[in-house]
Amino acid sequence: MKDGLNHDGKDFVKRKPLFSFLASDLNHKNSEIEPGLKKGRQIFRKFNQSSLSFFEFFSLGQLSTFKISPFFLSLLILILVFFPSCQSKKSNTTEIIVAGSTSVQPFADKWSELFMEKRPGVVVNVQGGGSSAGIMAVKTGAAHIGMSSRELKEDEQDLHQFEVARDGLAIIVHPSNPVEDLTIEQVKGIFSGDITNWKTLNGRDKAITVVVREEGSGTRGAFQEMVMGKTRISKRAIVQDSNGTVREIVSRDPNSIGFISLGLVNEKVKAISLNGVRPTEENILKKQYRLVRPFLFLTREEPTGLAKEFIIFVLSDEIQSLLPKEGLIAVKKVG
Amino acid sequence: MVSKSSNKLEKSDKLIKLSLLMIALSAVSVLAIITIFIFEQGLPIMFKYGLKHFLLGQDWYPSEKSFGLLPMIIGSLMVTFGALIIGVPLGLASAIFLTEFSSRRVARFLKPVIELLAGIPSVVYGFIGLMFLVPFIREKFGGPGLSVLAASVILGIMILPTVISITIDSIRAVPDSYREGSIALGATKWQTVKMVVLPAARSGIIAGIILGMGRAIGETMAVIMVAGNAADIPGSLLAPVRTLTSNIALEMAYASGEHREALFATGVILFVIIMILNTVANMTSARQRKRGSGR
Repeated sequence: MKDGLNHDGKDFVKRKPLFSFLASDLNHKNSEIEPGLKKGRQIFRKFNQSSLSFFEFFSLGQLSTFKISPFFLSLLILILVFFPSCQSKKSNTTEIIVAGSTSVQPFADKWSELFMEKRPGVVVNVQGGGSSAGIMAVKTGAAHIGMSSRELKEDEQDLHQFEVARDGLAIIVHPSNPVEDLTIEQVKGIFSGDITNWKTLNGRDKAITVVVREEGSGTRGAFQEMVMGKTRISKRAIVQDSNGTVREIVSRDPNSIGFISLGLVNEKVKAISLNGVRPTEENILKKQYRLVRPFLFLTREEPTGLAKEFIIFVLSDEIQSLLPKEGLIAVKKVG
Repeated sequence: MVSKSSNKLEKSDKLIKLSLLMIALSAVSVLAIITIFIFEQGLPIMFKYGLKHFLLGQDWYPSEKSFGLLPMIIGSLMVTFGALIIGVPLGLASAIFLTEFSSRRVARFLKPVIELLAGIPSVVYGFIGLMFLVPFIREKFGGPGLSVLAASVILGIMILPTVISITIDSIRAVPDSYREGSIALGATKWQTVKMVVLPAARSGIIAGIILGMGRAIGETMAVIMVAGNAADIPGSLLAPVRTLTSNIALEMAYASGEHREALFATGVILFVIIMILNTVANMTSARQRKRGSGR
């Protein structure tokens, strides 16, 4: 929707469902929700999930104050008769809350949708908040499953962790760029705006065009954390709002440099090696390529019931085989 | 019998009046709701950090609680005025040609074609800009190509249909007797246009420019694609720029907490800027009209 440039359908990260901001807004209000809010949230969730429930939304009496024409009324009745499944979810809902990293969130949203398709009557409620918030939430029991896109610290090791995917970052340049290898320090210098010409890096005598992601994006957050540390990314950098558009711009501008998810690198751009290590799946599995982060699912105790089912589902071949298409790297079962 | 039916008619008349009033009010209330919503979401954070922080701060690093919007404010104004500089002369010239100089057949063909421009989705403008204009600027003028210039050119083209069709309407509204009188006095066709027709049509032309300006400052999609979106005050026409609208659209997807509120604050500032521009423009056009009728 937002970028017409993603040719490959890997952009579902960006494609938040309609009204998702409303749903997430309501989601922030933790698990102790007044019934009304909860109902509202469910309505919005359903509203998001299928276009059919659109009609259910209208059938809930929001519009009852308006005069409804007989035609519309009969249409409504028809819909209610022919789509009874829309109504069934209301009673006796089983729900798990999955909360944490905003980088994992869009993927988890997708997984939960697939899971709920398989298990009608079950609600997997995915919330953001960040890795640390997710870890806290699962520790205090506010969430059944926590999501983290960083390794656990020492005092967090008492949680049960399941690595569900890995996300690699590639530093990309135009294929014609003679520069093949950079050190982390050089990359840091480029993105902070200290190094402004390719000549200093044994390249052409051309100004560097730096392309980054927007504030708040998980990819930018990961890059900031793993490469920049406390140093700011230069504000002169060009900002794009998806991996696809960053790649598109780098593939067209011979003097540009950017970073995208490793799974999205294609032949139109060149992923450079860092400290001599090429960004390949092999090097990631050998833990030699540095710009990798795990996507972790966390539980307080040995997972049971629905939480266990969901984790098993995400680790199943069905989901794991989808990961490369989404720009992630699949993992073997951990824990 | 007769009085009964007329009574009935009166009743239905009243009903229609009432329902039309309701519909009209609902349109206005949508505006009210939007205004209240944006201000309610955006104002708290503006007061928390202070207006000065938002309006004069030059650093936009929401993750570090730095919400300076000055680069975006300047960016929006630069891009909008750039669009006007490109779009208005082109638009006026086309409108004058189509109404005063071209044959009726040419005008009948060209006007719908120009209006078709308005129907092209903005993402298509952005895409074409990214494919052709941006590489062109990069190769001919240097810099990254994604720039103030690219955004201004694209927006200048996008406001053309608005400027042209409203200008055409207002030029056509000038009575023929004005033209005849001018020509009878010995003026040439161009002198007539310049000294009689355009001044008479001035308020309509200004209205067209205002609408074009509104479109330019509000346009988001095409600008995001060609402007580069760097949150920095552009040092030249070839530097990337971020507008207020693109600031919101770019970052809304993942923003939460104060970052999200700061984006609403961006909306508040955009709202106020548009109000100021509209008011100033309306006032000037009203004054023009007054002076015009006074003469």
